[in-house]
Amino acid sequence: MVKQMLNIHELFNKMEEEQIILSFKGDITQDLLTSVFEIMETKLVKENEDVKIKKKFNHVLIECLQNVYHHMEDLEEVRVLNLPDVSPNAIFIIRKFGNMHYEIITGNHILSTKVEGLKSRIEKINGLNAEELKSYYLEMLSSTEFSEKGGAGLGMIDMARKSGHKLGYSFDRVNDKLSFFSLVVEIS
Amino acid sequence: MTKTMNDLKIDGGAKTPHLYSNASAGTMEMKGKSIPENAVEFYRPVFEWLDAYIHNPVPETNITVQLEYFNTSSSKCLLDIFRTLETLHASGKSKVSIHWLYEEEDEDMMEAGDDYQTIVKIPFVIEKVA
Repeated sequence: MVKQMLNIHELFNKMEEEQIILSFKGDITQDLLTSVFEIMETKLVKENEDVKIKKKFNHVLIECLQNVYHHMEDLEEVRVLNLPDVSPNAIFIIRKFGNMHYEIITGNHILSTKVEGLKSRIEKINGLNAEELKSYYLEMLSSTEFSEKGGAGLGMIDMARKSGHKLGYSFDRVNDKLSFFSLVVEIS
Repeated sequence: MTKTMNDLKIDGGAKTPHLYSNASAGTMEMKGKSIPENAVEFYRPVFEWLDAYIHNPVPETNITVQLEYFNTSSSKCLLDIFRTLETLHASGKSKVSIHWLYEEEDEDMMEAGDDYQTIVKIPFVIEKVA
């Protein structure tokens, strides 16, 4: 079979069409995130974006990307143990629709055993209004035990609280053990 | 045996705040961003400093927090710092107050200060940076 050349022009056009302003697929490292946060901060300043939207965007971006980072960290532990074929890569995409409207999308593998729990946590968050989200955040902040990783489930509550929109999500089955988790957070 | 307490000085980084504490003045200042992936690791020296300080505090302890951003990993650490200070305040050995500063138009940061104020029983002053 002849190896098909990747049509980068098509890929570029597709990304333009989808209004993607930044995307990355690969290994999510701390250094990468530092760079992305800096790039986006500079970009929003340069584009003279509204101060409140800018703050909100950066805040949600930090939570979304660090959420993926911690997912990958979790996966790494299992990968070494018993799933050597798990990809160490994840993806994130930032879309911009006109002024003051952004979308942050992340995608990463998770263990299928975690799907149900994650799904019910997102559904619970999506069922709460602003006031209830605040109480839920405070309850989780003050009651949960210290976690070495992330904020013990606070991340998604915080994303929803700051964005003011419902969290979009999907799970795709990869194989018996793995699923692909996509999360969409809107900022406007 | 007398042991002089060391002051803490941590320079700010791309994801970590500038942090300065002075035991003899009873002050601790935190300024910048606190968005490290692993906040527990970053705040470890702060907890160590605080644990030593609360055993030999000055009568008034003033904490200043002026953060531009903080992530949920840091939010847990901030609460733990405030809880330690709450214990000190309740013991009567030192009057603790927290100055929570936010930049103009940063309502989320103002609300974050209010969040902590509702959880921790220490006097909070939430103020816009002039």
